[in-house]
Amino acid sequence: MTTSQSQPAVEIRDLHKSFGPLEVLKGIDFEVGHGEVVCVIGPSGSGKSTLLRCVNLLEEPTAGRIWVNGTEMTDPDVEIDSVRRGIGMVFQSFNLFPHLTVLDNLTIAQRRVLRRGRAESERVARANLERVGLSDKAGAFPAQLSGGQQQRVAIARSLSMDPKLMLFDEPTSALDPELVGDVLTVMRKLAEDGMTMMVVTHEMAFARDVADRVVFMDGGVVVEQGPPQEVLGAPRHERTRSFLSRVLDPTHVAQLGQPDEAAEPPAAPGLPADDRHQL
Amino acid sequence: MKLRRRQRERLSLWLQYLAFVAVIAVVVLAADWGRLREAFFRVDIIESMFPTIITVALRNTILYTLGAFAFGLVFGTVLALMRLSRVAPYRWVATAYIELFRGLPALLVLFLVGYGIPIAFPEREIPGGVFGSITIGLGLTAAAYMAETIRAGIQAVPKGQMEAARTLGMSHFTAMRTIVIPQAFRIVIPPLTNELILLTKDSSLAYVLGVTAQTIEVTKFGRDTLNDRVNATPLLVAGLTYLIITLPLSQVVRRLELRYAKAR
Repeated sequence: MTTSQSQPAVEIRDLHKSFGPLEVLKGIDFEVGHGEVVCVIGPSGSGKSTLLRCVNLLEEPTAGRIWVNGTEMTDPDVEIDSVRRGIGMVFQSFNLFPHLTVLDNLTIAQRRVLRRGRAESERVARANLERVGLSDKAGAFPAQLSGGQQQRVAIARSLSMDPKLMLFDEPTSALDPELVGDVLTVMRKLAEDGMTMMVVTHEMAFARDVADRVVFMDGGVVVEQGPPQEVLGAPRHERTRSFLSRVLDPTHVAQLGQPDEAAEPPAAPGLPADDRHQL
Repeated sequence: MKLRRRQRERLSLWLQYLAFVAVIAVVVLAADWGRLREAFFRVDIIESMFPTIITVALRNTILYTLGAFAFGLVFGTVLALMRLSRVAPYRWVATAYIELFRGLPALLVLFLVGYGIPIAFPEREIPGGVFGSITIGLGLTAAAYMAETIRAGIQAVPKGQMEAARTLGMSHFTAMRTIVIPQAFRIVIPPLTNELILLTKDSSLAYVLGVTAQTIEVTKFGRDTLNDRVNATPLLVAGLTYLIITLPLSQVVRRLELRYAKAR
């Protein structure tokens, strides 16, 4: 495995993915640099989750190549289990192991996969629980936690494997609105600590404030990408504009849904000044 | 006269209680208690059955049941995993086995193990005598049932659990063993309890293997005593003895389910 800093953390070339006759990804070219935070946005069905799931090969690409930290994921002989150790993933539905305590959720893979001893893995686990602000929940079962707490445990579980890249698949979409903030705060801290992150999200405020780059996907292709102030503040494509206006101002979709009469982007879809979490 | 709603409801309730009491009264008055006691409740016969019915018969019933259950559980889990395997021949073999053994009477399989195989291979012997034969004979059938139950349990574990485990770098096998199967077994505790209770009762089929005084189980012990004393009391005692197993079992399982409810 060659892990040189000259290569990007994630490199995707001409990625195609079909489910039966349905082509979900229609040729994606895409890179994530080391330490970069990339937010992928787009309407549901645009293929953004599928793209993310292709990166760690939860979905097998139909065509194209993917490298993560210099290892080709699409090589048929790739040692998938060992590459995945370096790629954390956080799911929309948390996917904590309900039969294990929070602490065991964080230690089981360390012990079975990394072969760390009990003391060592518990030390790492507790450090990561501390990081997500849940030190006091080590002995709890997932079902005893709120959604926001579960998702933070899931993040800590991934971090316990010392990943070099973290994938987030709509990490706050299943949460009650008042619990979203805690999870986003943890993710922001992670970004500030220099973690390489690829985040599929509907949280535009998070994308604006934390992302180094925002990628807008629609219909299985990358429509546009760039710094958040460009993509979110002054989108160049009509599809991006109409998506943003639907997300940011859902009660006025009726008018905005019409072909834009004014040439100017609909008030450059005013990102709300406050930090409220949309949708 | 038209009754109001509450009056109608009260009247209907009273009639139902009255019917119940009437039936009980008829049974109590009509029954010949003397003859019933003579036929089913001879205290001297009850006393003569103790302690052997507990120390030998019940002990053997429990041993046969646990033997068959353990065999069925291990073999059934293997069959369930084979049914879910990516290797097609494994799936075929497991499906064929399950379809075959679910369709065979437990008694026939027991004859097969107890007599068929010894005749076919007279130089070999099934280890463990009656215990070994009943473990295998009942276990073969139980495995077929349990395999389907366990397969359903494995499939009831959300797909995200396997995905999360694989994402953490676990192999398919490790993820299955440490994440999916433990959850599947929590799901299938109630149906597996049913299977255990069925096996408790099926262990009475051991008599066809020709049991001795040492290997006798509860039903055969009851029947032998009935032959001896020409009285039905032993059957009542044997029947109640089964409840010593099944009633606490239900309690234990209820506790178990309650404990796991926290971790679901």
